[in-house]
Amino acid sequence: MAEIGSFALLLALALSLYSFLAGLIALLFQAQSPQIATPLGSPSLRRAANSASTHRGSTSTLLRSGSERIGETARHAGIATFGAVFLASIVLVFCAFRDDFSIAYIFHHSNRDLPGAYKFAVLWSGQEGSLLFWSLLLAAYGFVLRLRYKTDARLFAYASVILAGVQIFFLLLLNFAAHPFAIMQGTIPADGNGLNPLLQYPEMVIHPPMLYLGYVGFTVPFAFALGALIMKYPGEKWIQITRRWTMVTWAFLTCGVFLGAHWAYSVLGWGGYWGWDPVENASLMPWLAGTAFLHSVMMQEKRGMLKMWNMWLVFATFWLAILGTFLTRSGIISSVHAFAQSSIGDWFAWFLGITLITFLIFFFKNKSHLRSEHKLESLVSRESSFLFNNLLFVLLTFTVLWGTWFPKISELVQGNKVTVGAPFYNRVAIPVALLLLILTAVGPLLAWRKTSIESLKRNFLWPTIGAIAVAIFLMLTPQSWGSAFGLKPWKDISYFYSLMAIALSVLVTLTVASEFYRGGRVISKHTGQGMFASMVQLTHRNTRRYGGYIVHFGVVVVIIGFAGAAFNLDKEQEMGYGDKMTIGPYTLVCRSYTDDDAPNYASEWALLDVYKGGKQIGTMTPVRRFYKASQQTSTMPDIRSGLNEDLYVVFEGLNPDNGHPILKAHLNALVMWIWMGVWIMLGGTVLALVPNAPAPVRVAAPVRLERTEVAPVATGD
Amino acid sequence: MSMANSTAKSERAQLTRRCVKALLLSAAVFALLGAADPATRFNEIGHQMMCICGCNQILLECNHVGCPDSDGMRNELMAALNRGDSDGLVEQGFVQKYGPTVLAAPTGKGFDRAAYVVPFVALVLGFGLIVLVVRSWKNRPTPAIAGGLPPIRGAELEQFRDQARKETDL
Repeated sequence: MAEIGSFALLLALALSLYSFLAGLIALLFQAQSPQIATPLGSPSLRRAANSASTHRGSTSTLLRSGSERIGETARHAGIATFGAVFLASIVLVFCAFRDDFSIAYIFHHSNRDLPGAYKFAVLWSGQEGSLLFWSLLLAAYGFVLRLRYKTDARLFAYASVILAGVQIFFLLLLNFAAHPFAIMQGTIPADGNGLNPLLQYPEMVIHPPMLYLGYVGFTVPFAFALGALIMKYPGEKWIQITRRWTMVTWAFLTCGVFLGAHWAYSVLGWGGYWGWDPVENASLMPWLAGTAFLHSVMMQEKRGMLKMWNMWLVFATFWLAILGTFLTRSGIISSVHAFAQSSIGDWFAWFLGITLITFLIFFFKNKSHLRSEHKLESLVSRESSFLFNNLLFVLLTFTVLWGTWFPKISELVQGNKVTVGAPFYNRVAIPVALLLLILTAVGPLLAWRKTSIESLKRNFLWPTIGAIAVAIFLMLTPQSWGSAFGLKPWKDISYFYSLMAIALSVLVTLTVASEFYRGGRVISKHTGQGMFASMVQLTHRNTRRYGGYIVHFGVVVVIIGFAGAAFNLDKEQEMGYGDKMTIGPYTLVCRSYTDDDAPNYASEWALLDVYKGGKQIGTMTPVRRFYKASQQTSTMPDIRSGLNEDLYVVFEGLNPDNGHPILKAHLNALVMWIWMGVWIMLGGTVLALVPNAPAPVRVAAPVRLERTEVAPVATGD
Repeated sequence: MSMANSTAKSERAQLTRRCVKALLLSAAVFALLGAADPATRFNEIGHQMMCICGCNQILLECNHVGCPDSDGMRNELMAALNRGDSDGLVEQGFVQKYGPTVLAAPTGKGFDRAAYVVPFVALVLGFGLIVLVVRSWKNRPTPAIAGGLPPIRGAELEQFRDQARKETDL
């Protein structure tokens, strides 16, 4: 089987190379062939020229049809690449299910007793497999792109060549640096080392695919953007073509990032969901840059502005996705995530360098093509809010990049490493994120071009009063009411941040709600429908705008969840039979503790009764597992989730003296809001992808117009 | 008249000074509130440090039983606080014993300061850049109208703008 996989990978490389080179040749010929023109002059000269031009014309037609045929074979080769990479992936998964430990990758990442779903997940569990999976997703995106080429054959041809270029890099890696079908030396082991225990969790089966769909997906808008830049594509059609790609990709990345957070929360057992580890940062950077791009691209669509900036943003998003992979695979930055460190870091460094240089060359060669078409009329306008929005997103991206690299920079400058952990990001990133939240409230309600003071007052007075009222209410209420109450900002800076985050979230929610209400009211007045039906119709008429508002509302719900971190509590205790532990309003009583044995792992667990207000509300069973194949332990916290707080209990281990379990309980406030917010964000994105309903056509009675001289009106557009 | 003006001015200045003093005083009070509580200090400083066992976790969040380092480090922290050491002294002691990576974030001294300064410098530069961009965009000449007619400006433009808003608003 390994031979089939290896052959498929070599075939994929050959096909990609052909797709790239043949596609490039076809584009070069197509670029040259239309340049033949008929000269002016005397009739004899024209006749002579015409005869020459007929000859050249036929040559040109031949060249063009030849180059079109070559381009078509390049497209087919690109499509076939998907087949070859798919075959290699199937072979690897098949080998995992067959327990073929003659393949080193299978030996290192699987074992006989590994459940089936995790054997499937072996494909992306290690370095070589995850690179193959990356290549597979890229080939799949390329497959769809090449099938849809008729939308705009020339632009798609450019994008196809660029995708083939990126694919060549990954296939070179797979064939020559990180071969997933490498054969074990010596005797074939009876069983494998097993999958990393931390990865043996249901979410790990879907988290990496989502994340990679996001990472790889940003290659598509980048390929279109670079293609449009190279061919000096007129207009904004490339943005319209890639808008859906970008939104779908962004949704995958969002899903991947938050699934990772949920996995960390559910598996790592430290009670948190985000540790600012370089691997986490690597996923956040392209997400931030991609979010900035999704916003600023609207400026280009609506006003023909920020063309150069968008080109840079889409490149940065793609580049940061690759940079993140380079950071975590090269060993340059230390991370708790256990990716093998190898020489592939050098490959990534070269690839990053080549893509940067390629982009710079074409950018400086063709940047005159990217001039803005309009001017800015007022600082108080949607345009300027987008500018500030982009500044803050880019600043956040830079802060995360800076924080990730700072240990290395410090080592180079002062000879010693420093740690850049959560306290740094809390100090630097939270104020910027709060500013961004203000813009989320303000931006969408500003009009394009110019907003009057009256309009600002009308739109913001009540939401602002509402937000201030909620902030005062949260400050004055007693803390016994729940996690988010009794917020005294002077007690702790984290309380101040939480109060600000919640108040600003209320502001955003009210501004979003007022937008729905005002639009719904107008439709209701015109159609006589109920308010809810009118708001549904309003949303259906402009799904992108109102889907975007729902995404903003989802972000607000996530932010409220983050704000809850200020109220977290934890307690650690050894618990024998009948021992009690009290944390917040909960009392845990240890009813039993025991161990168990399964084919893949042995486990120790405790059985705890949970009481609230003197009444039993359930039982919890935190577990610690010992995985036999890998000889590693892993905790499976038991989490009792509620809207107000999560009760999170971890089985930390046994006291060696008396065999009593040591348990750690966390009371994590408002965590559920984070996961709810992500669902809302995804729902908003899906809604934004739905095509708009056509506006109702009104037939008016014909009106007799008198012929008058009408002066044209300059609207600035 | 001018005397009355100057009196009003000096009263306003006095009021401003009083407000600033009151704000500074309340800020100092808020800053000092809770600072003396040893449990709060343990929690705060413990969250500013890393466990050095290699788990890459904040000291007070290191959660594995049998960690060779975190228990000892927590005890040392408690002992230092009981001795009455200041926050700075506690951190200095830990850095001397375990190296600079024991601190969960760069300090505000020497080159470490750059970690905090650079993002805010970037923010200021970014704002400056946006102001420049906005200015250059505002000063860009208005596109010429075909036929040589001058563009409509001022009140007339506002009137058309309002009309367009009314007609196109949902």
